[in-house]
Amino acid sequence: MFTIVRREEMAQGTVILNEIEAPLIARKAKPGQFVILKAGEDGERIPLTMAETDPDKGTITIIYMVVGKSTAIFRDLAVGDGYQDVIGPLGKPTHLEKVGKVICVGGGTGVAVLHPITRAMKDVGNEVVCIIGARTKDLLILEDQMRGASHDLRLCTDDGSYGHHGFVTEVMKEVLDEGGVKQVVAIGPVPMMKAVSTITKEYQVPTLVSLNPIMVDGTGMCGGCRVSVGGETKFACVDGPEFDGHQVDFDELNLRLRAYLADEKKCHEDYCTIRDAR
Amino acid sequence: MAEKAAKQTKNPRVPMPEQEPRIRARNFLEVPTGYTAKMAQDEAARCLQCKKPGCVDGCPVSVDIPGFIDLMAQGDMTGAIRNLWGKNALPAVCGRVCPQEIQCEGKCILGKKGEPVAIGNLERYCADYERQYGTGELPPKQPATGKRVAVIGSGPSGLTVAGDLIVKGHDVTIYEAFHKPGGVLIYGIPEFRLPKEIVAQEVNFLERLGVRVECNAVVGRTVSLDELFAEGYDAIYIGVGAGLPRFMNIEGENLVGILSANEYLTRANLMKAYKFPDVDTPIPMGKNVVVLGAGNVAMDAARTAMRLGAESVKIVYRRSREEMPARKAEIHHAEEEGIEMFLLTNPTRYLGNDEGRLTGMECLRMELGEPDDSGRRRPVAIDGSEFQLECDLCIVAVGSGANPLLTSETPDMKLNRWGYIDADEKNGKTTKKGVWAGGDIVTGAATVILAMGAGRLAADSMHDYLTLGW
Repeated sequence: MFTIVRREEMAQGTVILNEIEAPLIARKAKPGQFVILKAGEDGERIPLTMAETDPDKGTITIIYMVVGKSTAIFRDLAVGDGYQDVIGPLGKPTHLEKVGKVICVGGGTGVAVLHPITRAMKDVGNEVVCIIGARTKDLLILEDQMRGASHDLRLCTDDGSYGHHGFVTEVMKEVLDEGGVKQVVAIGPVPMMKAVSTITKEYQVPTLVSLNPIMVDGTGMCGGCRVSVGGETKFACVDGPEFDGHQVDFDELNLRLRAYLADEKKCHEDYCTIRDAR
Repeated sequence: MAEKAAKQTKNPRVPMPEQEPRIRARNFLEVPTGYTAKMAQDEAARCLQCKKPGCVDGCPVSVDIPGFIDLMAQGDMTGAIRNLWGKNALPAVCGRVCPQEIQCEGKCILGKKGEPVAIGNLERYCADYERQYGTGELPPKQPATGKRVAVIGSGPSGLTVAGDLIVKGHDVTIYEAFHKPGGVLIYGIPEFRLPKEIVAQEVNFLERLGVRVECNAVVGRTVSLDELFAEGYDAIYIGVGAGLPRFMNIEGENLVGILSANEYLTRANLMKAYKFPDVDTPIPMGKNVVVLGAGNVAMDAARTAMRLGAESVKIVYRRSREEMPARKAEIHHAEEEGIEMFLLTNPTRYLGNDEGRLTGMECLRMELGEPDDSGRRRPVAIDGSEFQLECDLCIVAVGSGANPLLTSETPDMKLNRWGYIDADEKNGKTTKKGVWAGGDIVTGAATVILAMGAGRLAADSMHDYLTLGW
């Protein structure tokens, strides 16, 4: 069992942080890599990108939004409980290079994934402007950590309750217009990554996105996570999860993410009904 | 098998009872239900106890077939299973999934004029008997050598190596990437052909012998080969299989409703998605299902889809019945269960709707031309023969390749041009010192028993290395 040593609730309890004992993974993990977790015997395998790793303590940290049955089961795990299975580190690490000025853009729980990459981008000597957004102020996560991980942090909310009133893309355009941007990293919901990539293509700024397709094994043996990149089929679990945003077929990814929507909805509702009845 | 059974012989083999096709096509219980004690003894009595038995030559791990059958005929099941264990750590598996008709049974002298001894059924009976009524007494082990061996992958070849080396006194740890050991036995071969409980017990048998099994360990990611050596392992065996699914590379392949057989079977078998929503992993339920390919994996996928409630399941294959690589018995089982064969048919593109979901495929009719490299006649498209096939689920079972996850992290080990590991076919040695490999990661996708045979050769060579030197 992989024991939970720290648990936090963020964003009005919709987003949960788990710090988990996993020394072998903590020792090897690099920014951009993910793990697969399974809570119990009958659970499904869920991929989550690590928000932090501490090799000395032997722990990894995941941050996830409660969106369905499995994440609801995860939410119900307390400190001292554990995951039956945690597998990783999986996927390719982020390619880190000193290029100059970099924009890191994050939306929703994508900010958790963006965090180690942003810090690493800064650590290799880049000038990092970070833009993070959420629907409303209470849903914004990791503000302090992101401030520490970047040189310049800009905040946005869709409803204007905090920071810029509007989308991250609007702020990103302003920064792009200032000039000198060499690289953009965008992590968040598919429509957001698509919008960012469309804009940066106009500006001809290379853009990395971290994709979140459906996965089963996470080791390249099933192809459930396949995505079209530059007209070619890639397996996000071994070829990614990061890809050139200008080459990704986001519309296809969005449709594939909806493959089990009806099953997922039913499953989650049943779980909530049983849980509330207790 | 069906053709053979039609022949009248004085001494016919004892058939193994099976579930009725109509009933079994909708459940996940094992199809053949097993011999009774009387059936097993009657069948064992058919063996002629040849002085120069052909059957042993036909077995890739050289099981002492007349020996264990003689013990069975005498009613000594405990003796028979111990005899089997001498050469085969996984008899309950082999009795079920080996293609005996081209191996041991194919060489049985009785097969020349009638039906060969049902060696597979007898092996299965022995193993099942031991599991249910056995003494639980383990085979003897050599004194500890103090040498440590890491086995990467817990499929048939890895389990064989582990079983062989543990009884030779070495300290063995298996590393498995999945959360359960067994490799293709657990994620690939369905419950109705090989109950997962049996695989778990075969692995448990090795654990009782002293083998350690570390699951959730992705060698190449969680730990590298060199790190394993640094941790104090003296030798490593790689048996990671050929788990990279091939697709057709045709238009529309990423539509929702098109899955590799690996994904479909992993969901169904390893994740037990056939029990959804009692378990959390979903599996697409197709009404009209098409399975591409005609190997054993294709039969397994098609029969699984039928059990999940499909209205129609079609096998689409570009060659003819003659060339189908699946075991005859499996094709027969599939047809009995209502699976249709669309032979000499090749898909050219998938068709989908606005939601990106599969609605059908366009196919071409084929005819057979000249033989190709594999010796099989090459299918050639018939011009203007396009037609559409309606389907909402397509399972692609056209083969698999070498998964580069481990090998790409091990640059000092030579691969061949298809990405498989270059290993000496006589002993399994790779080009990296102290590392052996065998099974599908060396040969490409083959059978359970061939992987076990490769494991046996490697284990012998590893034992020599550990006791004598490289």
